[in-house]
Amino acid sequence: MAKIVVDPITRIEGHLRIEAEVSGGRVSDAWSSSTMFRGIEKILKSRDPRDAWYFTQRFCGVCTTVHSIASIRSVENALNIKIPPNAELIRNIIAGIQNVQDHVIHFYHLHALDWVDITSGLKADPAKTAALAASISQWPLNSATYFKGVQEKLSAFVAKGRLGPFANAYWGHPAYKLPPEANLMATAHYLEALEWQKDVIKIHAILGSKNPHPQTFLVGGMAIPIDPDSQNALNADKLIEIKRLLVKAREFVEKVYIPDLLAVASFYKEWAGIGAGVGNFMSYGEFPDATGKMWLPPGVIVGKDLSKVGPVDHKKVTEYVDHSWYEYAAGPGKGLHPWDGESEGKYTGPKPPYQFLQTDAKYSWVKAPRYEELPMEVGPLARMLVAYASGHAQVKKTVDGVLAQLGVGPEALFSTLGRTAARGIECLLIAQQTPTWLDQLIDNIGKGDYRIHNNEKWDPATWPHEAAGYGWHEAPRGALGHWIKIKDQKILNYQAVVPSTWNASPRDARGARGPYEAALVGTPVADPDKPLEILRTIHSFDPCLACAVHVLDVQGNRMVQVNVR
Amino acid sequence: MGKKFTEADAYDAATELKVPRSLEERGVSRRDFMKFCTTITAALALPVSFAPRIAQALDEVQRPTLVWLEFQDCAGNTESLLRAVNPTVAEIVLDILSVDYHETIMAAAGHQAEEALAKVVKEQKGKYIAIVEGSIPLKDDGVYCCIGGRTALDIAREVCGNAFATITAGSCAAYGGLPAAAPNPTGAVGVQEAVPGATVLNLPGCPLNADNLTATIVHFLVFGKLPAADSHGRPLFAYGKRIHDNCERRPHFDAGQYVEQWGDMAHRKGHCLYKMGCKGPETYHNCPVQRWNEKTSWPVASGHGCVGCSEPHFWDSMTPFYKRLPNVPGFGIETTADKIGIGIAAGTAVAFAAHGVISAFRHDDPSEDSKED
Repeated sequence: MAKIVVDPITRIEGHLRIEAEVSGGRVSDAWSSSTMFRGIEKILKSRDPRDAWYFTQRFCGVCTTVHSIASIRSVENALNIKIPPNAELIRNIIAGIQNVQDHVIHFYHLHALDWVDITSGLKADPAKTAALAASISQWPLNSATYFKGVQEKLSAFVAKGRLGPFANAYWGHPAYKLPPEANLMATAHYLEALEWQKDVIKIHAILGSKNPHPQTFLVGGMAIPIDPDSQNALNADKLIEIKRLLVKAREFVEKVYIPDLLAVASFYKEWAGIGAGVGNFMSYGEFPDATGKMWLPPGVIVGKDLSKVGPVDHKKVTEYVDHSWYEYAAGPGKGLHPWDGESEGKYTGPKPPYQFLQTDAKYSWVKAPRYEELPMEVGPLARMLVAYASGHAQVKKTVDGVLAQLGVGPEALFSTLGRTAARGIECLLIAQQTPTWLDQLIDNIGKGDYRIHNNEKWDPATWPHEAAGYGWHEAPRGALGHWIKIKDQKILNYQAVVPSTWNASPRDARGARGPYEAALVGTPVADPDKPLEILRTIHSFDPCLACAVHVLDVQGNRMVQVNVR
Repeated sequence: MGKKFTEADAYDAATELKVPRSLEERGVSRRDFMKFCTTITAALALPVSFAPRIAQALDEVQRPTLVWLEFQDCAGNTESLLRAVNPTVAEIVLDILSVDYHETIMAAAGHQAEEALAKVVKEQKGKYIAIVEGSIPLKDDGVYCCIGGRTALDIAREVCGNAFATITAGSCAAYGGLPAAAPNPTGAVGVQEAVPGATVLNLPGCPLNADNLTATIVHFLVFGKLPAADSHGRPLFAYGKRIHDNCERRPHFDAGQYVEQWGDMAHRKGHCLYKMGCKGPETYHNCPVQRWNEKTSWPVASGHGCVGCSEPHFWDSMTPFYKRLPNVPGFGIETTADKIGIGIAAGTAVAFAAHGVISAFRHDDPSEDSKED
């Protein structure tokens, strides 16, 4: 049995380390560890709750809107603030395009190189590549001349002998299965997606000044004013530009991402039987309409049982630290609800530089959240499964269509490939849905409703002496929750339990593995020195570790923790 | 060179540009290249006549190596880099450089990734550029950030200490940023403080604007040295003026027309955000001119005040974000960061507590602010 370490796991956000035991060509056990900690929850204590969104936004620069949204929702929940319909729609549009852009970047720039061997594309026949591309999509750039141009650029790059970010990779690994033409096609789209992503995300700049880290969120609404008769507000000119970008986003997803995903997946169907994980799935629900009903429903699925979807209750969330570098005052073996959480970071790992972590003791800065004592997988797969099992018509139709096209049943969803496919399906559905929120916004403006902010409780003098609330958001990587307690107009406690905390969780008090760890068990490893297969399964979750690290405060007091996904 | 360049001369000079062969091979058109060189020239606040010199420098350099390190970060600066303007050629500039290590984009992982970094440090000592994103924790022997089993401090000493120069991408790497905000639980600091011997240029911002990074790199390629900086280590071409002095809403400040509530008529008409907490008067950054996302917008243009994200320790000195600045020097562009910025940053924590009101300001036009929705 060999113990291997992959650190750093690259092509993710943040600092993730995987230690794995390999036996008989397969992973027999695995440990997921985050090796970076910032302590943002301590920093938030005693600050103005209206500022919290700006701090928590910096949990992550990739999913750069999600912690802002969860944060302002938590304060609005605590203070019972109802925001104007336009503000809700603007948030939906911002979150919608964030999901779409993030999923595409994940597929091409973070995940694709696990499946696509760029160097193989150099041997492709451009004419055959064009024929392949034309057979799966009507994308206009499908000519032999185009693919030849891409190939020539790549050849010139390789000829210089310095591969930059593409050096030292696992090129030529036996687990790469795509023919040269498919590799060339995917590589061309890797480059196209790089251009596309910076265009479509301009929607954030129009609505929120810039991306990353749009500066527009407010407790009570949004900061972008609406006035069709002003050049300094959201007017017809800007609305139509958003519309154009949404069409551009949707077309790329429909004509490039989805066809590529299906084409690549068809060569890797064995990965529909690898990487199942914990089999429990949770979604908080997202994209509220004017009545508060969620377009993607909330729910919990246990033990892969799609016949039942349970409700989600925030009181059933607890966090363990038995294998994390923290201490609870009450001692080990207990899980604490975010409201009652109390903890102190305490590093007990090996002194760096180290070769291995003490995986039988504490080994991560990520805590172990559990829902009714069970580890939960969150993310696009969880959202699609909950919606599918809840009978969501659009989701059901699209999921069934993809399964039919790949010739596999619903059980194939519980896998590395299923996770990657679910992300694409969700991306497609959100890309198609987001324009409807823009249309609703335009309707409201047409009727003369320009409200973007509820000012009633902006002044902290209007607040109660004490308040508590929580804010949920379905981020690209999954279920995100922020919990806040406010006292005398200041933050008393703040805690976030984020998607990658759920997914990257270490073991809990009972020794139950987290989703990454569980999914890795059984993953084949052809060459322990080049564990490409480990990257495939880990990347299928789209890790975001800066978010995942959590911690807390403080002597004897209740919590203040934060973090997130 | 007694002759003064006219605009016509500058245009002629620009049209003389030849596309470097290395770029030609990658399919960059002459038109794109000219556009790039003139854009960069403008970003660096150089006369257009410098464009040919930039073209020449880009042709001569042999893809200097760049390594990008991430420590206590959120990857926001990496994402910013992905949004760099002038798409085709910006991408090529990265290609002109050899980006040999960048965890978020590189294909290699684990020890193969670490090998790539070690190779650069060993074989190109003193020649490569290091870019750092994220702060470096010093407390408890640096256990709060480890990569490949080594501490961030250990890696920074080796990689930044042996680089030609280190450019910090964003406020965390420059000054400690968010992790260093009070009470700074991990003892986070910026690169210069962690590695005093290193040559460091700071490009703060949260995140940094990628156009300023591109311009800095080109400046290095063209002149073989880093651009002139202020006392906070920030290049003057990007941080030499206050937001307030370049702000498109400055006339409203001077006229005493202020937003009083989110969504009121003044907000809709684009009046000054000073009373909503805008920190533009104390912030040195080129946002109003450079803007973001291919010049689409910037915070004030989208209705939210500046929060001062390019100033050292703004997390403590500029908060609460929605409380108005207690004192703003009068009208006119009469001062620099080095003259007033330090004093303000040091004094703000106390000053803000005093709920400042400024008598110097005129009253708002009541016909404006009473019309909110």
